[in-house]
Amino acid sequence: MPTLANYLIVSGGLFSIGLVGVLLRRNILIIFMGLELMLNAANLSLVAFSRFNLGQDGLPGYNAQVLVFFIITVAAAEVAVGLAIIVALYRMRQTTHVEDLDTLKF
Amino acid sequence: MQLALFWIFAAFTLAFGLGVVFFRSPVSSAMSLVMSFIGLAALFVTLDAFFIGVVQVLVYAGAVMVLFLFIIMLLDLRADQRRPVKLSAWAGAGIVVGGFLAILSQVVSSLPALQQTKPALANPAVNDVAQVGFALFRNFNLPFQVIGVLLLVSTIGVVVLSRRELK
Repeated sequence: MPTLANYLIVSGGLFSIGLVGVLLRRNILIIFMGLELMLNAANLSLVAFSRFNLGQDGLPGYNAQVLVFFIITVAAAEVAVGLAIIVALYRMRQTTHVEDLDTLKF
Repeated sequence: MQLALFWIFAAFTLAFGLGVVFFRSPVSSAMSLVMSFIGLAALFVTLDAFFIGVVQVLVYAGAVMVLFLFIIMLLDLRADQRRPVKLSAWAGAGIVVGGFLAILSQVVSSLPALQQTKPALANPAVNDVAQVGFALFRNFNLPFQVIGVLLLVSTIGVVVLSRRELK
């Protein structure tokens, strides 16, 4: 049977992959996908903690699953707004490469 | 059996997650992300979170990734022309991620409470959709309404943002 530690390691690995994507890739869409991976890693550890810490009735803590549900909803809204911003950006600058978007760079 | 399935799905999720970062073409990255989300949904099912698993496939692998692919094809992105990533970016990513993984593995291996296997459910046939629904509509009714407002606001925001003449 997998232990809680196994799930936390997988969750941390997924988070690290997302972080590497955000730090190393220069395409703004891929950076956005890295953010989604990091959100999902957090969801995995929430569900794992809820399953391994049973409440007094012997059932998982469903509050954690409600929180995951909210995270998924907010992430969907965030993706819609973020992609609209990327499309508006692309219309103005014809690029999705972050190194070409350096107007605010000091 | 459970352990084998867990590692198969974990390897599946992590391998396609690596694909997201290291594929050159944005379409391959997006398809790889879909597969990674499906693997993650399977991991949720191994945790008896059937509702979250189904929502993961419907919302993430379905709606969100369709939106991503739609935008990638709308912008008609080609594969990145190879621009070398700066050495400082590699070094920074290596330090941050390596430090994070080192601390995580140290914490996880040092806490005996994390070595427990899954405790058995009191009622293995529990209907987890009903349980999440009860929690959602009894204890979290106000946040649920607020989330509805948030979705409305983001819909209006997207419409405003994608008008032709952006002032």
